[in-house]
Amino acid sequence: MSVEARTGPVVPGRRARASAVVGRELRRRERRFRHRDKWWGYALIAPAGLGLAVFYLWPVVQTVYYSLTRWGAFGGTTWIGLSNYRTLVADPEFWQSLANTGIYTGLVLLGIPLSMVLAVLLNLKGLRGTGVYRTLYFLPVVTMPAAVAVVWRWLYNGDVGILNQALSALGIDGTYWVSDPDTIRFAVAVVGVWMTVGHHMILLLAGLQSIPADYYEAASLDGAGRIRQFFSVTLPLLSPTLFFTTVLSVIQSLQVFDLVYLIIGANTQNSLQNPAFGEGQTVVMLFFQKAFFDNQRGYGAAIVCVLFVLIMALTAVQFRLQKRWVHYA
Amino acid sequence: MRRRSLLTAAAASTLAAAPLAAGCGPASSPSASGGGSRRGHLTYGVWDVYQVPAMKRVAREFERSRPGVTVDVQLTPNGTYWTKLRTACTGGSAPDVFWMNGPNFGMYADAGQLLPLETDGPEPVLRSADFPPDLVSLYRWKGVQYGVPKDFDTVALWFNKEIFDRAKVDYPDASWSWQDLITNAQRLTDRKRGIYGVGAPVREQENYYNSVPQAGGWVISPDKRRSGYSDERTLEGLRLWIDLIHRYRASPTLQQMTDTDPTQMFQSGTLAMTYEASYNAATFHADRELRAKVDVAPMPKGRRRATVLHGLANVIYARTPQPELAREFVRFLGGKRASLLQGKYGTAIPARNGTAEPWAAGMPRFDLQVHLDALDYAVPYPSSANSAAWQHKDQMWLAKAWSGDLSLKEATSSLTTAMNQLLAQERKGES
Repeated sequence: MSVEARTGPVVPGRRARASAVVGRELRRRERRFRHRDKWWGYALIAPAGLGLAVFYLWPVVQTVYYSLTRWGAFGGTTWIGLSNYRTLVADPEFWQSLANTGIYTGLVLLGIPLSMVLAVLLNLKGLRGTGVYRTLYFLPVVTMPAAVAVVWRWLYNGDVGILNQALSALGIDGTYWVSDPDTIRFAVAVVGVWMTVGHHMILLLAGLQSIPADYYEAASLDGAGRIRQFFSVTLPLLSPTLFFTTVLSVIQSLQVFDLVYLIIGANTQNSLQNPAFGEGQTVVMLFFQKAFFDNQRGYGAAIVCVLFVLIMALTAVQFRLQKRWVHYA
Repeated sequence: MRRRSLLTAAAASTLAAAPLAAGCGPASSPSASGGGSRRGHLTYGVWDVYQVPAMKRVAREFERSRPGVTVDVQLTPNGTYWTKLRTACTGGSAPDVFWMNGPNFGMYADAGQLLPLETDGPEPVLRSADFPPDLVSLYRWKGVQYGVPKDFDTVALWFNKEIFDRAKVDYPDASWSWQDLITNAQRLTDRKRGIYGVGAPVREQENYYNSVPQAGGWVISPDKRRSGYSDERTLEGLRLWIDLIHRYRASPTLQQMTDTDPTQMFQSGTLAMTYEASYNAATFHADRELRAKVDVAPMPKGRRRATVLHGLANVIYARTPQPELAREFVRFLGGKRASLLQGKYGTAIPARNGTAEPWAAGMPRFDLQVHLDALDYAVPYPSSANSAAWQHKDQMWLAKAWSGDLSLKEATSSLTTAMNQLLAQERKGES
């Protein structure tokens, strides 16, 4: 915004000269301010910025460096170039865990349409008890993943789990959900969806409520039914929120660790006996195993570097694609 | 916590400076009589919450005999003990004295993180003859002793008398062979009630590290260069468990045992027999109802009798600021008084020869002599510099054979390759 605009229209004569003086003075002051402000700004963000640099950026740089080294159990790194990455490309365990993580992410993304439905239902006018439902759906989000995992492990228990008891009442023979290689990924993804649906729902609900009622009025005047209104008004105007939840969901799912780790029972003494371990293991779990149990920390660093690049690339692609479907009102 | 102990240590060392400046005698002169004037503060790292009372008691006993010395027992739960310890060692802040186990020992010793301990001379930290030889050698690396055995565990067959009575099967005894185990486990299995004869999980110490030597097989060659997982006899030792699940159907499936731990099944009365290490005796004994129902017998004999012998050791951090005091403490921990005290708590069998009896006597309902007698036919625990890495492969590949996804031959040949590769990396120092 220019100074002229701020001081009003330029008029000829004395006032014009005066305003020119004022304008110069203002410009001068603004420059000085801007200069001083800049330093103030930096000073104010310094604590946070320093923390970020020390605890995030520097470790990122270090991790990239370590991924190019062999790192002994007690420090002492040896530069080995791209050797870790070559091992990684040839490691079936890595590809398997990458596939597992991909499938998990895909399945968890299905939670977004589900939360959309929930949000739309909760947004219906004149619905009673929405507060209760909102709280209920949101509860899993604020529950510790560790607690969630332990409880679901029991629900899924093949012999005494409540899920199989319910199924047997319907005459269906349930399996050992978390120790069966065919079902582990789905079992885990269901919990993943259950845990995130509330979060997405709240965001989408906020998005829904920020759509002005005029649009719906106009649409109904034009003869659009509710379905048509949903697809032509709600969906496009909600697309920024949908985009946001999708991006967030993908990033979080690719990094999934604690939930799967505990559901698989990797915290227990003989965790690796789980015959579904290979089908359940995620990339971050593999990293954890390699870095902290097998003492191959350089290799572990390489695994997370690949994951990091992968997440960046996927997010970039999503930002590219958003032009096709996201409408910013 | 850490900070406070550092401060106290600093304060103590200032106090200690006075007599030191006055005395300036030879470094090894005091303490032989037990009344040393040395002051100081030690930290003692442990991971088992059940053993904390016993460890604190022993530490207090040490403090009493060394006025001016304090020992702080620091508990780090098993799940994070090793990651934390490794970081602390790298950063120079590990506890002065801490627990060590077989799978992790090689790595610490090889990296020079542990203080060598004298086994002879006028004031040895330990005399090898005082402990079972396999335990002493478990904590020896390239000819140097680094650990004083703290306790040991052997494996035996625990059984539920109630289930045996109901099925009218004689209780197991020393005469049992593998064949007896199989036939009786089948007779004890009652699928309608959800009761199984014996648990056959993929557990190293409790299960296949015993059955493999019982069959005459081996896990790792004595020179720690080769994996034994393709040896015919080793396969025989592994096949026992797979057959118990699939062929004789006398054990729950691996999936069932993943969902519910077999020891838990045993405790809840749905498993007639289970192979358990001696440290679970105290757990079974603590449960009044269970205590009356269960007992213990030697493991059934294969081609020969064998139990894998494992035990923890007390080791000293190489960079401890108080090596002399730490040596004294570790010597005390391995001594007769501390061993007997430890045994009384029942949580672990003291490693020192002739001090194990109170452990067995503390739980007279069980025939715990079985666990002690097992020492006679014990075999050393398989280990190398980076055991943890190949034990991880062990379980992952064997689980595929146990579940039936792979044949035992396929699983073990992949396992052999993976393990040999890791052992080769170890030798090149790439672990």
